Amino acid sequence: MTDVDTLAALPAYEWDRARKRAFLLDELGALTRRHRRDCPEYGRILDALGFEEAASLEELPFIPVRLFKEYALKSVPEDALHRTMTSSGTTGQQVSRIFLDRETSTLQSKVLSRIVGEFIGKHRLPMLVLDTSAVVKNRAMFSARGAGILGFSMFGRDVFYALDEEMRLDVDGLTAFLERHRGEELLLFGFTFMIWQHVLGQLRQTGFRPDLSRGTLIHGGGWKKLADQHISSERFRSECRELCHLERVHNYYGMVEQTGAIYMECECGHLHAPVWADVIIRRAEDFGVAPAGESGLVEAVSVLARSYPGHVLLTEDEGRILGEDDCPCGRRGKYFEILGRVKRAEVRGCSDTYEAK
Amino acid sequence: MTNLEKYVNAFSQALEIPAEEAPHMVYGKSERWDSVGHMTLIAALEDAFDIMVDMDDIIDLSSFEKGKEILRKYDVDI
Repeated sequence: MTDVDTLAALPAYEWDRARKRAFLLDELGALTRRHRRDCPEYGRILDALGFEEAASLEELPFIPVRLFKEYALKSVPEDALHRTMTSSGTTGQQVSRIFLDRETSTLQSKVLSRIVGEFIGKHRLPMLVLDTSAVVKNRAMFSARGAGILGFSMFGRDVFYALDEEMRLDVDGLTAFLERHRGEELLLFGFTFMIWQHVLGQLRQTGFRPDLSRGTLIHGGGWKKLADQHISSERFRSECRELCHLERVHNYYGMVEQTGAIYMECECGHLHAPVWADVIIRRAEDFGVAPAGESGLVEAVSVLARSYPGHVLLTEDEGRILGEDDCPCGRRGKYFEILGRVKRAEVRGCSDTYEAK
Repeated sequence: MTNLEKYVNAFSQALEIPAEEAPHMVYGKSERWDSVGHMTLIAALEDAFDIMVDMDDIIDLSSFEKGKEILRKYDVDI
């Protein structure tokens, strides 16, 4: 297995298909062997599947992401644990628990900084968080939302939260922040739905039009709530432009089970797999590999999952590959789009297939 | 105040711990030095020494001792 410093230093979007596939197969194959040896539950799943070796990325055994909600899957001893991440999860749902040792946690942070650096540069920028500081103030209430904000805060300085504790836009504070950093590049970060609902929503109502034209917005957390309201990515972008002169808007796709290796949206509106990660689209009927252009379940792989067996996961998201190595933005690797979440029943079906007990 | 005093103060205030505990601090080993505490600590160190820490160093600053080594890069001798 590649050592973590070498891994973190790889070029994010340079390798072509052949080179990247060879690297991923090697690295993920080694991770599969490690997790099989060190995580008993994962070992039993592979035994039950009769898995031996994978000759291609597509042959690597995938496990449903929901297994992390049902089992404590880890490949390191208790005393090596550094921290445990949990997913947000709506009421009535169990949350995922992801066990990180120090090495994995550091690797995640370094890779995240490499990916984000490709979009905002290496320097830390004055940062505007499009959320309330309440989500990070109360540690007992600490959520995936808070963890996301803090994870991104290392790219910022003079961090300012645009919303107060009652989710009202802090117009005076924001004006002072923009005054303080007049003429500077800015980093903006937030969750898609919170931005739509609370920031763009209040700008629409009030007529306050801050000039965020020097800002780069990175936002994530999923489109589910916006899709329910029939808000498209284009509509989101056009409101950002019209209400606060914000042109550079990058959505990202990622999950707590594979923190660090996020899929950033490029200038052309495509989500890109960085060198550390990849997506494979599978047909819901038989889990066969779907070709580019066909929609299906998203399988996500990440070489950063070293302390828990989350390196090859079948998600509950539906997506479609748009192309590979030839995006007009110049980044190599697969690019794709996420179409939404699949219906509960279908996914439960595939999870049951892997019931270990 | 000496640099060491400033350094200990930053730990003590950012992580809300008594000064004498500061030298034993390791990221992730104490409830106080979690990811919230970490960014507060970075901000406190930046204020105390009037520096701006690079992203890689933020990630690598994992203990009281390691922090001293990192600050040396910014011409801060502790």
